[in-house]
Amino acid sequence: MEQKENDKGWSPYIAGFLTGLLLIASVWFTGKYVGASTTFVRSTGFIEKVFDAERVGSMEYFKKELPKIDWQFLFVIGIFIGSLIASTTSKTFRLQGVPDMWQGRFGPGRAKRAIVAFIGGAVAIFGARLADGCPSGHGLSGSLQLAISGYVSLICFFISGIVVAGILYKGGEGK
Amino acid sequence: MNELIYGSITGIIFGFLLQKGRVIRYDKQLGALRLLDMTIVKFMFTSILVAMVGVYILKDLGIAKLSLKPTVLGGNIVGGLIFGIGWGLLGYCPGTQLGALGEGRWDAIWGILGMLVGAGIFAEMYPFLKRTVLQWGDFGKITIPQVLGINHWIVIVAFVIIGILMFRWFEKKGL
Repeated sequence: MEQKENDKGWSPYIAGFLTGLLLIASVWFTGKYVGASTTFVRSTGFIEKVFDAERVGSMEYFKKELPKIDWQFLFVIGIFIGSLIASTTSKTFRLQGVPDMWQGRFGPGRAKRAIVAFIGGAVAIFGARLADGCPSGHGLSGSLQLAISGYVSLICFFISGIVVAGILYKGGEGK
Repeated sequence: MNELIYGSITGIIFGFLLQKGRVIRYDKQLGALRLLDMTIVKFMFTSILVAMVGVYILKDLGIAKLSLKPTVLGGNIVGGLIFGIGWGLLGYCPGTQLGALGEGRWDAIWGILGMLVGAGIFAEMYPFLKRTVLQWGDFGKITIPQVLGINHWIVIVAFVIIGILMFRWFEKKGL
């Protein structure tokens, strides 16, 4: 669990600049703007179809977001692969079940982290689908197009995120 | 088929850059929400500003089209605030948690499972939400320059200047 001091990575400005170029290339060559949260809807549709295909076929939201493998689905899987490549080739891959900051505040218990992360995930995706986007779809793609929906959503993501983080880490432990 | 290959390649490069920029870790995400470490904000806004300039040049040249999400204040604000709560608890975003898993942070699995469940809950509630929250403040596909009634380059130049000033302030404050 020791912290690797040589894990310097790249400056966020450089990584961000290159990501900006990637976003431009994606729009230029394929007309695609990045997003991630719809993929979870499609995946859930897939899983529910195993149990009750008829019901999934009749549900309004799954008609809107069909359970299918599309550009975004592969994009999200690609994020996993890209991060795996970057971390293993730079020896920064590290198996960790409880983040350092979390551990400093709430201890090494895995169950506590698992429960909070699970609930957090469920709440986050519900909100993202209601907002019609996540930090990728609204934060990156919406903001770069100067969409009002992008900035309104992004500001709201941060407002309640800051409030929750402030409550969780009240007193400044786990820094 | 091509679409799927492009999706994979874009995802892999994006995941690679996210890992190099060290922005997919819980500690960095919460660091930003606790206003201690602005790494993710630097990354995000650098990529937004670069892509903003590039995409609007492509648009003006007639090479690319915008793909705007409609502004529905009910959905964007309520959904955005709900997302932020989940984000503060989980410490990962829908897209970045796949990257977190890719560099060995396996607590992201709880978030992914939570998101699959949360997406299912959203799909169940969608008919109700569509009649209520998603009706509030529907302005359609609007952008900042449209609303202000000015040329988009004025807005873009202003954003770039604001962004650079923000970055300089972060660096001065050591955030």
